[in-house]
Amino acid sequence: MSAEIQALKPVMPYLGQADDGTPYLIGSRCDACGQTHLGRFENCPRCTARGKLTEIHLSEKGVLYNYTIVYRSLPGVTVPFISAVVDLDGGGTVKGNLLDVDPSPEAIRFGMPVKMVFREADTAVAGGEGYVSHFFVPAN
Amino acid sequence: MSEDVYVIGTDMIRFGRFEDATPPRLAAKAALMALDDCGLSIRDVQAVYSGNCTETMVGQRTLQLIGQTGVPVVNVTNACATGATAFREAWIAIKAGLYDIVLAVGSEKMGKGMLVPKNSGGTPIPSEGLAGSNTMPAVFAQMGMEHSRAYGTTFEQFARVSVKNHHHSTLNPKAMYQKETPLEEVMGSEMMAYPITKLMCSVNVDGSAAAVLCSARKARELGLTGRAVRVRGSGLASDPFSERNLVQADVNTVTRLAARTAYEMASVGPQDVDLVELHDCFATAEICHYENLGLCGEGEGGRFLDSGATTLGGKVPVNMSGGLLSKGHPLGATGIANIYEIVTHLRGEAGARQVEGARIGMTHVVGLGSACAVHILEKV
Repeated sequence: MSAEIQALKPVMPYLGQADDGTPYLIGSRCDACGQTHLGRFENCPRCTARGKLTEIHLSEKGVLYNYTIVYRSLPGVTVPFISAVVDLDGGGTVKGNLLDVDPSPEAIRFGMPVKMVFREADTAVAGGEGYVSHFFVPAN
Repeated sequence: MSEDVYVIGTDMIRFGRFEDATPPRLAAKAALMALDDCGLSIRDVQAVYSGNCTETMVGQRTLQLIGQTGVPVVNVTNACATGATAFREAWIAIKAGLYDIVLAVGSEKMGKGMLVPKNSGGTPIPSEGLAGSNTMPAVFAQMGMEHSRAYGTTFEQFARVSVKNHHHSTLNPKAMYQKETPLEEVMGSEMMAYPITKLMCSVNVDGSAAAVLCSARKARELGLTGRAVRVRGSGLASDPFSERNLVQADVNTVTRLAARTAYEMASVGPQDVDLVELHDCFATAEICHYENLGLCGEGEGGRFLDSGATTLGGKVPVNMSGGLLSKGHPLGATGIANIYEIVTHLRGEAGARQVEGARIGMTHVVGLGSACAVHILEKV
């Protein structure tokens, strides 16, 4: 992890930072029902248990569950891009842009293994300087 | 259960784009049209439920235009389920025995362009395009892709939904668009988010619709049962927990829950339904909702469409009005416009698009976030 990335502020509320600034995905695991959620929760939306959630770090590896290729977005957003939904190894699901893959249905495979990378946000959206976000790239 | 509730009057304005319109003015038009439909006056109405997604106190501001009678007014917002929620609240109020005659009205003045949820995630900079997409076309593209993943449903099948609903709209004088839209045109229009092209998105239009609901006893007393339609089942659900719902909006599970509630209340099954107006906010959604509403088996949605079952003359015609894809989708009005469409068929007054012999019809809307409302209506 480069010092430049560690100095940036995370965009998404479910991105935490270790003491040295290294970003990671925050998850919550319910001690009552075992469900893993993305982000911080006090109570479990699945089983309704109160105060039984333990904060964890989610995996940075997973498989592509679903996607769309976005051709029209808001002004200032670079298109096309792949909006991907990834099931993480060990639990939790997160959405993010899938990079380094041709944005065409022929090049994208459901279930393909992916891993997370952290990059400066201004590569994706205008006004993103100074912020870090998570992205996915093919694993292997 | 308590006394039956009837729809005795209903109407909608032709959907379109009206530069000078305001939600109260749109609502006032539809309200008076619905009252005229049953020959009643605003003075007969004992409570008003007003649906609108963008402005405040639209119900009161509507009465300021048609008569400030001092009755209770409740303003309802529930995303794209807003109109249907207002209708359901009106039904509940009569069921509770508080009133005999209640007005439900929905209205919307839409902006142009794509709908993107407000920055509710509280991110320091907008996250659209940074961590995937949350535009409505992208969200419903993913709904379609999930169906493709499971069942192999194709871009062309999704596109055919739009062809069908545009075809139906040629028979509906109140639809925004009334022209045939061939498959090549649908598939060849601008790609928004694969597999959704521009002509597979609902149309942003201004509009309003209203319904006058009445207790069965009062309807008999007024001699208004001749064209009345019974509300046989009403289901409203919020999104129950499902595995990826908070990351990838799941409108399937919430629809199944609301549909089950409505079917059980009505003591009917999908095989009893003669026609359906369902929430085709994007073409992908319609195929998924065939299955969610039990109209066909799991994974058969694409083939069900291909078979012609949901086209006029088929087993269960879907979106005879032209649907949101062609009639248009003024958010707060949509749920009541669907009621208007079904009631019109059950009355046998739908003209060229009439589903012959229709006795039971269903309406379905789903608002992202999520809220789903399903109503089952029956000819009295």
